Amino acid sequence: MFGMFPSRGVWRRPGLHPVDLMVFAALLALLFGLLRLAPALNAPFLPKTAPSTVSTDPANLPYYAVRSLLRMFIALILSVLFTFVYATAAARLRRAEKVLIPLLDIVQSMPVLGFLTVTVTAFINLFPGSELGLECASIFAIFTSMAWNMTFAFYHSLIAQPRDLDEAARVMRLTKWQRFWRLDVPSGMIPLVWNGMMSFGGAWFFLAASESISVLNHTYALPGIGSYVAAAIGQGNLGEVGIAIGVMIVMVIAVNVVFWRPMVAWSERFRAEESAAAERPRSVVLDLLRRSSVPGLVARPFRPAGRLLDAATRPFGLAEHPLQRSVTRARTGDVFFAGAVSAVVVYGAWRALHYVDVHAGLGAFGPAFAYGAATFGRVAVLLIVASVIWVPAGVWIGMNPRVSRLAQPVVQVLASFPANFLFPFAAAFFVATGISLNIGGILLMALGAQWYILFNVIAGASAIPSDLREATRLMGLGGKLRWQRFILPAIFPAYVTGGITAAGGAWNASIVAEIVNYGHHHLVATGLGAYIAQAATVGDFPRVLIGVAVMSVYVVGLNRLVWRRLYRLAETRYAL
Amino acid sequence: MTPGPVIVEARGVTKTFTTPDGRALPVLDGVSFSLHEGEIVALLGKSGSGKSTLLRCIAGLISPSAGTVTYRGSPLNGANPGVAMVFQSFALLPWLTVQQNVELAMQARDVPLPTRQDKALRAIDLIGLDGFESAYPKELSGGMRQRVGFARALSVEPDALLMDEPFSALDVLTAANLRGELTRLWEGHEFPVKAVLIVTHNIEEAVQLADRILVLSSNPGRIRAELPVRLPRPRDRQTPGFEQLVDTVYDILTGREDAAVAAATEPSGASAQTPSDLPLPQVSAGGLSGLLEILAARGGQVGLAELADELSFEIDDLLPLVDAAEMLGLAQTHDARLEITEAGREFAEGDIDTSKALFGAVISERAPLIKAILRALRATADGTLREDFFLDLLRRGFSADEARHQLDIAIDWGRYGELFDYDAERGELTLEQVEVAA
Repeated sequence: MFGMFPSRGVWRRPGLHPVDLMVFAALLALLFGLLRLAPALNAPFLPKTAPSTVSTDPANLPYYAVRSLLRMFIALILSVLFTFVYATAAARLRRAEKVLIPLLDIVQSMPVLGFLTVTVTAFINLFPGSELGLECASIFAIFTSMAWNMTFAFYHSLIAQPRDLDEAARVMRLTKWQRFWRLDVPSGMIPLVWNGMMSFGGAWFFLAASESISVLNHTYALPGIGSYVAAAIGQGNLGEVGIAIGVMIVMVIAVNVVFWRPMVAWSERFRAEESAAAERPRSVVLDLLRRSSVPGLVARPFRPAGRLLDAATRPFGLAEHPLQRSVTRARTGDVFFAGAVSAVVVYGAWRALHYVDVHAGLGAFGPAFAYGAATFGRVAVLLIVASVIWVPAGVWIGMNPRVSRLAQPVVQVLASFPANFLFPFAAAFFVATGISLNIGGILLMALGAQWYILFNVIAGASAIPSDLREATRLMGLGGKLRWQRFILPAIFPAYVTGGITAAGGAWNASIVAEIVNYGHHHLVATGLGAYIAQAATVGDFPRVLIGVAVMSVYVVGLNRLVWRRLYRLAETRYAL
Repeated sequence: MTPGPVIVEARGVTKTFTTPDGRALPVLDGVSFSLHEGEIVALLGKSGSGKSTLLRCIAGLISPSAGTVTYRGSPLNGANPGVAMVFQSFALLPWLTVQQNVELAMQARDVPLPTRQDKALRAIDLIGLDGFESAYPKELSGGMRQRVGFARALSVEPDALLMDEPFSALDVLTAANLRGELTRLWEGHEFPVKAVLIVTHNIEEAVQLADRILVLSSNPGRIRAELPVRLPRPRDRQTPGFEQLVDTVYDILTGREDAAVAAATEPSGASAQTPSDLPLPQVSAGGLSGLLEILAARGGQVGLAELADELSFEIDDLLPLVDAAEMLGLAQTHDARLEITEAGREFAEGDIDTSKALFGAVISERAPLIKAILRALRATADGTLREDFFLDLLRRGFSADEARHQLDIAIDWGRYGELFDYDAERGELTLEQVEVAA
């Protein structure tokens, strides 16, 4: 089902441009701005109203679960709105595109958890004395884990719009509003829903990590399932963690059944070509809704409102750009635009570097890169081991339709499940066996990341055309040759997609996996994740900035040097 | 017939695309014409004649590099407000029903709801779609989808209807049926438009529908001929007048206007040709050999119209083959008839190895691009060159896509003629072993 992970287009962008460097510098500058903002808004004392822990009475769990779910959906709504605005601006405004797309590219490589502490501080100070700040910070963290992928997917659907539909819309002289809702949104609906679903699954991890957080040696906790688990872990109570895991599984499945499956099945109506695929996504819930008259009744009062909006947005004009444009004016505009952007970026980057230099010294980048190498080693080992285990397993599952029908939903739940819930069990195991977190951290990172490889391989294997399979069977292709010439090349594109996602997830996870507290045990590994986490806990903002920057350099660098090449190879050579 | 008032006028429309190294490639060159009320005009041309580009200039979808397009006297600066368009690919929104698709065009013009529904139903009825109002496009056959395309265009009662090869995605019978219905509606004055401009590469279609045929030349597109069609409607394809007109158009389209003549008739002249003066026609070696076999089996001579009809080929299918056969001296045309040459007969009747050897000899003699590639490869020590070398050269005379197409054809021909080989993975062309040894 994950066959066409629609944001693959992301990887089609050509190599590192100077503009990417600029953007990277711009982000450093922005982050620096946030960092400066945080302590400035910070009152001398932190709000005492915020509790540092929540009750671990299991009776509270349903309430906590609802609070957590609410955060997830608010973040989803925000992500959709952000996607609409950002992707449309990037696709329709020539100059904006030059900045927005590289920016998005870098942002999505940044470790979300790295600047969690920064955003928490900033939001708390925006809403002093109320829980709203914490709430916003948590929602923002979830949002940052959802939005980028969806935005990329929608942007790619906008720029890949069929030319004839674009021309038809223009000849009909649709208004901007009409075009957006009649053409742009429907044609991007399938990638949007698929990416929304995937991102939503990944976001549980960030929910769990963001509900309970230590900043400046003070721990804050929001009522939610994530902080419940954090509290239970703090008390070393594995039984209660177990209960929370059960609730979490129920929640993941329930959201899938009542929300994402129906959405996926519904979005099929926006598929442009009639695909011969016999297996269309179906949903019992959607069938129920379709049969009922409730949706019709609910929609009716909205129709006049829709017409009103249609009329009200008419003054914004047609979805059309003038044919004749003054070349000199456009050039002048370009020059000014580029100049302004460069000036801001250069100034910001210079200030950021200056800030780091004054407070930590530029020499601090050296050790950070060394720590990065350690974490990189973990990510590499994780990918290799996970591939060795899950590629054969995934191929077996994918090539057996009956097995894959059963296994797909299970894998989907496993991938959505926030792996940080399992950390205490692993930590208990490490403490008992004396395994160092330097090694054990790999396992912790793998708990979440490995599933991306598995389900992409399953999807790849199940998408192999049956005539190819039959042909290889008739040829009597077997053993090593069968893997070398047939299976591995056939699943390669899917594997690369899984590998990219898994690697990204692993880097992000290192921030919570290289430092684990379990009861009174305090396990630390040597690595960039631990470096960032420690700096964040004590409020050492210059080092957070350094750590996040270095990790982004690693992620972006590896994407460009390794993944993108593999991706291109997959596209040109092994596409089925 | 006195022409009515002018609806759309193109004056000196030139469209150039810029190649990567900054050269301007003309697609249309100084095309002027006007569309009057009460007439159907057909734009006819081979691929590369820029006929679709011209239509898009008139629709206001793209702006000409030079020249102007005016609608009722005012120059366009955006989509033409007085036209509706019917697309080759139908361009229906798959997520809207037939009626919603038809209504969308009127919604854009802010037609109030009751009028909108009423007009949509009338257009649906007129075009023979009643009963399908709530169907989605993917449930419909190609012919029915194109009817939705017509209903959508007609519902807004535009001044002029622009059609971009509207029947070429349909099968022959469906296309004939739909053409017939449109002619009937037009003749019965039930068609709520004042003029029609149709782009087509089907000569019979043009003769059947149009009051006036504009024949465009290729590379760049210019108006080569303007033919009034005075046959009474409905027009019967079997009448001598009809056939004569079809032959005339074939004659114009295969007629010699370029330097191509020199190359085709005297091999010595070909040496002066560069790959961009005489581009390779977009045909595969296999297709060419198929054409010559048919020609040989027919006694060596056949009328182009007859051949097209029999193979149900449109001119975009047939003319590149004819051009290639002429370029290689394997066949000749005159008076809209294709005649095989001695070399052509040898090629068609020889066994596979003879044919391939002959083909190799002919293309290395007469196809400028093949010639240039061979010369370059022979000049290297190991007979190997990267394809980028040739692509860079070709981009001086072609757009990036076109350069790629040219090289792909050259590779196909060269491989078939066993002159050189191509390693797609490394992007290298290599002389065949024999050549290297020699």
